[in-house]
Amino acid sequence: MIRIEGLTKSYGATQALRGVSFEVPRGQVVGFLGPNGAGKSTTMKILAGFVTPTSGTARVNGIDVSVDPVASRWLIGYLPENNPLYEEMMVRDFLDFVAEVRGIPKDRRAERIRNAVDRCGLRAVLGKDIHQLSKGYRQRVGLAQAIVHDPDLLILDEPTTGLDPNQIVEIRGLIKELGQEKTVILSTHILSEVQSTCSRVLIINDGRLVADDAPERLGKGEGGTVTVVLASRTGALLQTEAVRSMLERVAGVTGVETAEGEGSGTLGFRLRYGAEDIRRSLFEAAVRNDLCLLEVKRQHVSLEETFRKLTGGEGVRGPQDEKTPPLAA
Amino acid sequence: METTLAVARREFRSFFNSPVAYIVIGVFLVVAGWLYFSTVFVAGQASLRAFFSIAPVLFVVFAPAVTMRLVAEERKSGTLELLLSMPLRDWEVVAGKFLAALGMVAVGLLWTLPYPLTVASLTAEGARFDWGPVVMGYLGLLLMASSFLALGLWASAISRNQIVGFIIGLLLCFAFYFIDKFAMVLPESIGELLQYLSVDYHFANIARGVLDTRDLLFYLSLTAVGLALTTRTLGNVRQ
Repeated sequence: MIRIEGLTKSYGATQALRGVSFEVPRGQVVGFLGPNGAGKSTTMKILAGFVTPTSGTARVNGIDVSVDPVASRWLIGYLPENNPLYEEMMVRDFLDFVAEVRGIPKDRRAERIRNAVDRCGLRAVLGKDIHQLSKGYRQRVGLAQAIVHDPDLLILDEPTTGLDPNQIVEIRGLIKELGQEKTVILSTHILSEVQSTCSRVLIINDGRLVADDAPERLGKGEGGTVTVVLASRTGALLQTEAVRSMLERVAGVTGVETAEGEGSGTLGFRLRYGAEDIRRSLFEAAVRNDLCLLEVKRQHVSLEETFRKLTGGEGVRGPQDEKTPPLAA
Repeated sequence: METTLAVARREFRSFFNSPVAYIVIGVFLVVAGWLYFSTVFVAGQASLRAFFSIAPVLFVVFAPAVTMRLVAEERKSGTLELLLSMPLRDWEVVAGKFLAALGMVAVGLLWTLPYPLTVASLTAEGARFDWGPVVMGYLGLLLMASSFLALGLWASAISRNQIVGFIIGLLLCFAFYFIDKFAMVLPESIGELLQYLSVDYHFANIARGVLDTRDLLFYLSLTAVGLALTTRTLGNVRQ
C-alpha cells in the first residue's frame, strides 16, 4: 500500500527528514511516534500530497505522490495536524464541498455523505456552523471529511490531540473501527494510544526511523523491574541493609532500590533486571534466607521508556522545534 | 472543470457569509453612486461618462479588497493544507478562486445597472439611447477587473497576512493604472510602450465602444500572467 524510499525533506537550512524508508502493507494500522519536530508530520504531509519531498520517493498503491499527485490523493483520506476546517461553513455544506472536490459522482454523493455522517455520529450537528462545534465534534467532522470518499488509506496526524478523555476514547474507537477495513497511519504523542489501536509502531527521531516493531514487542528483552514485598518467616526483625545485600547477590539482578512495604514487619524493594527472568532465583534465595515473598510483580520496560531511550531522553531536539506549535499532550 | 466550479462556489458563498463582502460592495456602490448622481443632479447631465472614467481608479482599490483573503486566509488558518491535499491541480484551485472573485465583482456591478437604466429613461423624446458604449463599458470593466483580480490573487498568495496581501495588490493594480500617466513627458517610443501597459488606456478604448483584439489580448494576457504567478506561488507553498 505504502512504499517510502530514502525520503528526505529540508525546509531551507533545517533538515526535517534525513532518509526515511519503510513499507506498509494493506490493512495495517501503523502508529507513528516521535518527539515534536522529529519529522512525523512532514512524512505525513508528503504522503498526503501536500508537501513535495526534497529527494526520495513515496508511493501509494504504486503511484508516486510527486509524479502523479492528483491520482495518489484520490486514494487518501487526510486529517491534517490541528484539524483545519472552513469555520464559517455549515457541517453539511462542508461535507458536500469535500465530496464534490473529491470527485464523487453526483448520484452517489448523498449516500456517501450519509455514510460518513453516520459513522462519525454527526447527524445532530449537520445544520450547525463548524465554528460553533466542540472540539470533539470538530474532530469528527475532520474524520468524516477524510472518509467521505471511502479511501483505502487514512492518514491521521494527531487525531486525538486536545480532546478530553471521553472524546479520546470515542475517536479511538472510531479509528479502530476504520482500521478493520482500511490502512491507517496515525501519529500521536500518547503512547497508550499506540498500544491500544496500532498493530505496528514506527518511531522517528531527528528525521530518521529509529524503531519499527509491534507495540508489544518493542522493549522486549531489554529487562524491566520486579517489585517485591518481603516478610520474615520466623518473625525475626528484618534488617533493611542485610536484605538488600542479599537481594543484590541474586543472579540476574542489576540494581536494588527500596520501595514501599506493606506495613510493619515487611520490606519492599524494586529490583532491576536485564534480559533474563529473575523470579525463580529470587524465590530460591528467599527460601534460603528464611524470607517469605508476599508479593512479586514484574514489569517490562514500558513503551514510554523505550520511546525516551530511542529518542534521546527529553525528546525535543534539533533546531526544528521552534516551528512546531505547542501541543497539548 | 466541475471541481474548479466547486471551489469557486464555496469561495463565493463564504465571501457573502462574511461582513467584508457587504462592506466592500457597499463602499464601492456608495462611491460609484455618488459619482453618477453628482453628474445627474449637480451637473444636470444624464451621462455615464463620469462613472466610466473614474471606474478604473475604483477598481484599483476594489479588486485587491475582494481578493485579499482568498489565499492568505487559508494559509493562515491551515485550510490550505486541506485544499491542497484534495485531488485538485494547483491551477484548478487558482482558477476556482479567481472565478469566485470575478463573480463577486459581477455582483457589485449588477447593482450599478440602475444607472444606465435611469439614463436611458431620461433620454429626450425622439432621441435614442445608445446602449453600445454601455455594454462595452461593462465588458471593459469586467475585463479590467479580471486582470486586477488575477494580480490581487497573486498578492494574496504571497503572504499569510490579508492586509499585506491587500497592500501589495493595491500597489500592483495602481502601478498598472498609473503607468501611462506621465507618458507625455517621456520620449514617444517609451511613452507608447507605457501606454500599452496601462490598464486605463485599454479601458478607455473599450469604453468608447470599440472592442479591439489588442485591448482584449492585453487584459487576457495580464490575467493569465497573474494566475500563472499565483499557481507558481502555491507550488512554492508546497516546498
